[in-house]
Amino acid sequence: MAESTVASKTVTFIITRQDKPDSEAYTETFSIPYRPNMNVISALMEIQRNPVTAEGKKTTPVVWDSNCLEEVCGACSMVINGKPRQACSALVDQLEQPIRLQPMRTFPVVRDLVINRERMFAALKKVKAWIPIDGTYDLGPGPRMAESKRQWAYELSKCMTCGVCLEACPNVNDRNSFIGPAAISQVRLFNAHPTGEMNQDERLAALMEDGGIEGCGNSQNCVRSCPKGIPLTTSIAAMNRDTTKLLFKKWLGV
Amino acid sequence: MKGNSYFSRKLHSLVGIIPLGGFFIVHALTNFQAFERGPEGFQNGVKLINSLPLLPVLEFILIYIPLLFHGIYGLYVAFQSNSNLGRFKYGRNWAFTAQRITGVITFVFVFWHVYQTRFQVYIGNISHEELGSTMHKIATDPLIFVLYLIGVLAATFHFANGLWAFLISWGITVGERAQRISSKICMGVFVVVAVLFILSLVGFRGNEFKEVADAVMAVRSIL
Ligand code: HEM
Ligand code: FES
Repeated sequence: MAESTVASKTVTFIITRQDKPDSEAYTETFSIPYRPNMNVISALMEIQRNPVTAEGKKTTPVVWDSNCLEEVCGACSMVINGKPRQACSALVDQLEQPIRLQPMRTFPVVRDLVINRERMFAALKKVKAWIPIDGTYDLGPGPRMAESKRQWAYELSKCMTCGVCLEACPNVNDRNSFIGPAAISQVRLFNAHPTGEMNQDERLAALMEDGGIEGCGNSQNCVRSCPKGIPLTTSIAAMNRDTTKLLFKKWLGV
Repeated sequence: MKGNSYFSRKLHSLVGIIPLGGFFIVHALTNFQAFERGPEGFQNGVKLINSLPLLPVLEFILIYIPLLFHGIYGLYVAFQSNSNLGRFKYGRNWAFTAQRITGVITFVFVFWHVYQTRFQVYIGNISHEELGSTMHKIATDPLIFVLYLIGVLAATFHFANGLWAFLISWGITVGERAQRISSKICMGVFVVVAVLFILSLVGFRGNEFKEVADAVMAVRSIL
């Protein structure tokens, strides 16, 4: 871009890039014009419009994932200045410069900042994070949920499968098959539901398989990192209690 | 549900408290007799333990087998963890890493310590009565004293922080408040047990233990 005669404020980004899932990562620095209230996504859009590095070299646009732009879908999760979080709610004014963007490497990198969160959805399937209500005939209304219970269960339902808790967990890595905090909390959510409760042992049993709840080592990074403030460690401890009860129930055959 | 990692991890956790944690506390109290009551007090403690029925069986079932299982499986658990303290400098994350490091230190220390004491009794190099003087030799050598301090502090932290984790693993402390309070109590346990062990080591440095050692040596040389 042509040199501007007005001395304008710029924002510096150092972005970790990767062309293919199996290729080497490298970093590129970008210096983009500052606009008030910009967030990391709008900065990435700026780079997309004009993919030139700070050294003036033309490059490919940086690729990222985003959807809702209001921190409810979880698609734009990445590591920003060392912390995993959503890019759409990361305001440039609140970030220390240079702003470093990296993909969440706990997941397979597809390209640049795009990762594949497939394992999280596989985990939800594994723990049966749904309520089976389909029948061949009308099953009628289910039991009511107490308002007090609905209120705390609602907090758990805010999970957007963004992957931040897995990125923060020291036990989610390629030497460990730990399912991660998110799915464990979803078991608590669906087991709290009056209809979901009817299948609670199935979900607990899934947490008692290899790579299940026992993979938690209580670093408690998840609860400190969750963008939705979900009480993940309370969920894990509550599921520890319920799986322990189920273990004894099965042993004693009651 | 049989023989999977859920079951082995539950067993690993249980064994850390029962029997290992229990033994650990008894061990701290017995050793503390060296500080509180001197050579005779310590000797009485040793005698008390040796008067238990079926002692060799108890030792194997309550100490050696659980220790080997917990220790070896613990090394595997530690190997399966990353440390991300660089990015997440939170107290609990620090304790998570420390739990693994102190586990490895405890593993090395326990083998060395058992070799220097109980194993020497097994192979007949020393008698039960000479354990006090053996400990005196250990505690008065500056290098070994420092290594013992490190070993003892690591093991105590591992036990105390492990107690906190145990309460979560078994779903006893569930809410945030319960876990916060239990973490304070467990750090209290760390301080108390650490003081017991350190004072024991200081106690063993005392000259009374040397005199006992000298007396034993004298009897030996006569025989
Ligand atoms: C011999 C070497 C040892 C090694 C390598 C070792 C290793 C470990 C590791 C890696 C953990 C973490 C498990 C987790 O957070 O999920 C652990 C937990 C624990 N250890 Fe050890 N340990 C050893 C000895 C001991 C001893 C002697 C005691 C008893 C004084 C002990 C008591 C505990 C307890 C209570 C836990 C917590 C269990 C839980 O998380 O529920 N450990 N150990
Ligand atoms: S785009 Fe949906 S959370 Fe950021």
